[in-house]
Amino acid sequence: MQPTHSSRRILLPVKGWFILLTLVGATLANLVPLGRLPLLPDWVALTLTFWCIREPLRVSMGTAFVLGLIMDIADASIMGQHALAYVLLAFTAGQLSRRILWFPLFEQALHVFPMLLGTQLIMLIVRLIAGAEFPGLSWFIGSLVGAALWHPVTYLLLLPQYQPVERDDNRPI
Amino acid sequence: MSVVGHSPPPFFKRGPAPLARLFFFVSLSIALLVADLRFHTLEWARLGAATLLWPLQRAAYLPVDAGMDLGGYLSSLRRLKDDNDALRKQQLATANLLLRQTHLDQENQRLRALLDMKERQPAVGQVAEILYAARDPFSRRVIMNKGLQAGVEAGQAVVDELGVIGQVTRVLPMTSEVTLLTDKDQAIPVEVRRNGLRGILAGAGSGAMELRFMPANADVQAGDLLTTSGLDGIYLPGLPVAKVIGIERDNSMAFAHVACEPVAGVERNGLVLVLGRRIAPDRPEEDVRAPEPPTKGKQSRARTR
Repeated sequence: MQPTHSSRRILLPVKGWFILLTLVGATLANLVPLGRLPLLPDWVALTLTFWCIREPLRVSMGTAFVLGLIMDIADASIMGQHALAYVLLAFTAGQLSRRILWFPLFEQALHVFPMLLGTQLIMLIVRLIAGAEFPGLSWFIGSLVGAALWHPVTYLLLLPQYQPVERDDNRPI
Repeated sequence: MSVVGHSPPPFFKRGPAPLARLFFFVSLSIALLVADLRFHTLEWARLGAATLLWPLQRAAYLPVDAGMDLGGYLSSLRRLKDDNDALRKQQLATANLLLRQTHLDQENQRLRALLDMKERQPAVGQVAEILYAARDPFSRRVIMNKGLQAGVEAGQAVVDELGVIGQVTRVLPMTSEVTLLTDKDQAIPVEVRRNGLRGILAGAGSGAMELRFMPANADVQAGDLLTTSGLDGIYLPGLPVAKVIGIERDNSMAFAHVACEPVAGVERNGLVLVLGRRIAPDRPEEDVRAPEPPTKGKQSRARTR
């Protein structure tokens, strides 16, 4: 069968270790110290949204909370800032997953963009209440880039599930 | 639809309802936020977790480190030679001051002894390197490569070759966080070098600083150099901090708006010096009574002997 991204295609079951690996990889990508480049998306939020939409029974608010705490500590921000935002993100993604998966990838990205933006807004509100400075509008470009990356991220993260049932040793992937 | 996955649908064990779980996690997060913001009780948990996270952070830092190494390797011989020449010239220029420093220090000590003043505290420090800026976009902090293991403590001042850049605010085992002077929550007591006028300098966001609570008729001019006043017991007196770039005196406001810019390379990375912890001078007694007559004083002293 040709690889299509429509939700009707029957995929192989996802492996637990692969989910874990991608989440750890996203955390690592977030930890790369590139200073304050506003273009970089929040990789953890993006990967978390993906798995919350694809596997709502395996990845949900508990995972989001733990990842949020890790990001809080690594980012040197207030404890609970990322955790709160990611938990709300995971809840929204889990609730909307049945709806979102009916759409083609571009329209899925249109759903993902407000979710990522909302995550940033929650963090902004929390920090402004705590008395921090406004980081500037360019900070929000990150979620736009994240939504734009939805297509390649979906393709990459679903790659292990595209394997055919009959194993062909000559097939490259 | 394969939302539920390929395992048979779990009829019985689904755990609590999503809304209940959402409520649980959100209240837990808010409790953490309050505990960290209001009560500052989570520093130990953060220290432990940061220690566990350190290998991951180190791994994430490796590619950047390698890139910088490569850049350094490829920087041309020509530039290195120019740098070397410039440094040698600078060394010669400052040699005069350096050679007389010991002599001046001794003289200063003797004069201070004559004047019966407290001796100036010697400035000791250790060199550290700024690794990167913290990812948090809401504050201005940098991560330094010396931590608990090197004996760094929270509260120490951090300077570079031009002036103060900030203060250590959190110490982790291998690294420490330095809050830069341009952070909105960071304040530093300063005085105008020209006339000794004291004030408080605070970050104003986006790389600028502001001299707060200056009366509208205060004697401050554009171009004035602000140095630490040493009244706080943390920063040594006399370190250059900032330069006044503009003053806005508005009659409707009680205070003048004095905009400053940092003297040191606050937003640049590089080598810095972490100054040793300063022992704060004793505060004068609060209830000083009027001096007693000398005869009585002599008697009481004699009695205590």
